[in-house]
Amino acid sequence: MTYLIRQARLLGGDPVDVRVEGETVTAVAPRLETEGARAIDAEGLVLLPGLVDLHTHLREPGREDAETVASGTAAAAAGGFTAVHAMANTNPVADTAGVVEQVWHLGRRAGHADVFPVGAVTVGLAGERLAELGAMADSAARVRVFSDDGMCVHDPVVMRRALEYVKAFDGVVAQHAQEPRLTEGAQMHEGVVSAQIGLPGWPAVAEEAIIARDVLLAEHVGSRLHVCHLSTAGSVEIVRWAKARGIAVTAEVTPHHLLLTDETARTYDPIYKVNPPLRTAEDVEAVRAGLADGTIDVVATDHAPHSREDKDCEWAAAAFGMIGLETALSVVADVMVAGGRMDWADVARVMSTTPARIGRVDHLHGRPLAAGEPANVVLVDPAARWTVRPDAQVSASRNTPFGGRELGARVVATFLRGRATVLDGRPVDDVGAADGAAVTS
Amino acid sequence: MRHLLSARDLDRDTAVRILDTATEMAATQGREIKKLPTLRGRTVVNLFFEDSTRTRISFETAAKRLSADVINFAAKGSSVSKGESLKDTALTLQAMGADAVVIRHHASGAPHLLASSGWLAGAVVNAGDGTHQHPTQALLDAFTLRRHLTGPETAGHDLAGLRVVIVGDVLHSRVARSNVDLLSTLGAEVTLVAPPTLLPVGVSAWPCRVSYHLDEAIDAGPDAVMMLRVQRERMSAAGGGFFPSPLEYSRRYGLDARRLARLPSHALVMHPGPMNRGLEISAEAADSVRSVIVEQVANGVAVRMAVLYLLLAGGPKEENA
Repeated sequence: MTYLIRQARLLGGDPVDVRVEGETVTAVAPRLETEGARAIDAEGLVLLPGLVDLHTHLREPGREDAETVASGTAAAAAGGFTAVHAMANTNPVADTAGVVEQVWHLGRRAGHADVFPVGAVTVGLAGERLAELGAMADSAARVRVFSDDGMCVHDPVVMRRALEYVKAFDGVVAQHAQEPRLTEGAQMHEGVVSAQIGLPGWPAVAEEAIIARDVLLAEHVGSRLHVCHLSTAGSVEIVRWAKARGIAVTAEVTPHHLLLTDETARTYDPIYKVNPPLRTAEDVEAVRAGLADGTIDVVATDHAPHSREDKDCEWAAAAFGMIGLETALSVVADVMVAGGRMDWADVARVMSTTPARIGRVDHLHGRPLAAGEPANVVLVDPAARWTVRPDAQVSASRNTPFGGRELGARVVATFLRGRATVLDGRPVDDVGAADGAAVTS
Repeated sequence: MRHLLSARDLDRDTAVRILDTATEMAATQGREIKKLPTLRGRTVVNLFFEDSTRTRISFETAAKRLSADVINFAAKGSSVSKGESLKDTALTLQAMGADAVVIRHHASGAPHLLASSGWLAGAVVNAGDGTHQHPTQALLDAFTLRRHLTGPETAGHDLAGLRVVIVGDVLHSRVARSNVDLLSTLGAEVTLVAPPTLLPVGVSAWPCRVSYHLDEAIDAGPDAVMMLRVQRERMSAAGGGFFPSPLEYSRRYGLDARRLARLPSHALVMHPGPMNRGLEISAEAADSVRSVIVEQVANGVAVRMAVLYLLLAGGPKEENA
């Protein structure tokens, strides 16, 4: 199928015509002839490289009642993503070549987005000994990002070994920073709100202390470090300090931490229960500033589907987590672009180019929008306004904190290697990977 | 007033109205026939997920004195121990036609969930949720203070000018939170006394003073001292390691005979119960003439009668908030 995308604003800039033939962008110019291509009117729309999520939970294997690789990647495509990194806290845990290859195959077969499985750092996420990181790196899944997300690699010796070991294959350890002893039984951010509403608190220092330790370890052993879902002002300052010292640390922030505060917990509605928790207005401002000035490198969704019964209950009994693939771009557009802190080129940087580089998939995704490049692109209507409906999610789960909220910017079309996974704002039904579509490394 | 979920929801006038109604109810409890027909034909369910003999009996007595039918539901030995969710328990009770549900639950916010979920049509009364609120306890404490300390005519009075010291494990105490809210709404000046480890981060935003020194608080001559239960287990590492030993806690924060003697002669000694005699409160203090601890229990029935009456029989019809 050949497409001609007409007059799209490249990275929010000047309008161009873009021809996509087969899997590749074959031409980008102010005006192109249609020549038998299917024309897509993109006047007023923004063209970005396909988004890359460094932090997604696809729940398969083990919790297919909440999400599968197929439904999760369909949700990703709806949100403008062409690639997702699937976290390892599945059942069984993705701590062997066998499980990561299974997840990778499921992604290829579903064909909605490229799935790059994340390998667990430790066996069973227990934090005691290293999983076979080398085997996972050498597998068909070619794992480069390793994380025990959900759990913190809290033992300093284990974290040191992991940071050292992955250097052999240019891997990176992505840390879920949560000192477990300081957060036993924690339900929400520890502060004025938690004191009043009687929920045990998760203090900011439990995140900051681990990040401080980890950046110093990374410096000492000469490794890369990635910080998952950074949420506090103090964490932003620590990362800023570390980067100024030349430490190879990168950091991500979620859309919900860019927008929501711990005041939402006053409703006791567990839709707002998440780990790390929603923080104060000061923390929200600090992460926004950090994303704008580059201290925080990427936006990552931490898309965390949960079945209805895990959220339709009292707060203490509810699971932690929010879905976010379908709303991520809109939230970033509302908070950062409409807020005047970033432009669309910056959005491409933090949601596509940089995450692809950190995950070492930048030979396939986050590429420049130019002739000869793989056609992994997304068309966005920057002026659209839409209301989030929990029961109308592409994801198999409903636990979005933005239900009923009006957001700006909407994905109009997503292309994965030249094949439309979303057209006219709706998922394309008969997506199945042509098995010739090899995801090579 | 549709529900009673938190002392924070009560403004001064509503709180005074509840106390005045409780005064009338208390008067009926002095008669030989203690029963009133007001809630005849209504069903009140005591939905207790946590052990509590004293509060449950208090609510049961209050409902029965108003002629309501009472159903007692205890979590142990019910389907909850087989894994039934709060939602299904509530839907079952609704199907049986509960006019009011009095709930005690270990999760903060559970009464809030019942009141806002649409699972129940009746009134929800919070009998204690996690570490969040216990509004009827604060109301009976306020009632007790008013009876003793504001003069012979209490009707219409609040607690303006009274100084109350609350001592103990504030961090884990729903009684402390409800009392800080209600007593300050009623005009009292509240001082919390506790070791720093048992005060929540964020307490400086509360409408009260905070002190680490019980002796200073007593020497300031308060009108009442309210002792909170401290769990011995909180001392251990498994319990969170909040203080080094029960002895050190008693020495620094216990109401012993010496501190009792330094209180002003009119000052009340209060405790929501159950007491750890010898830990937060000595036998001398618990049994002294200044102690109103047993009376608090009796006042609890009158206050809970007032709450059930106002929620179910409404008094003069007012607009729902």
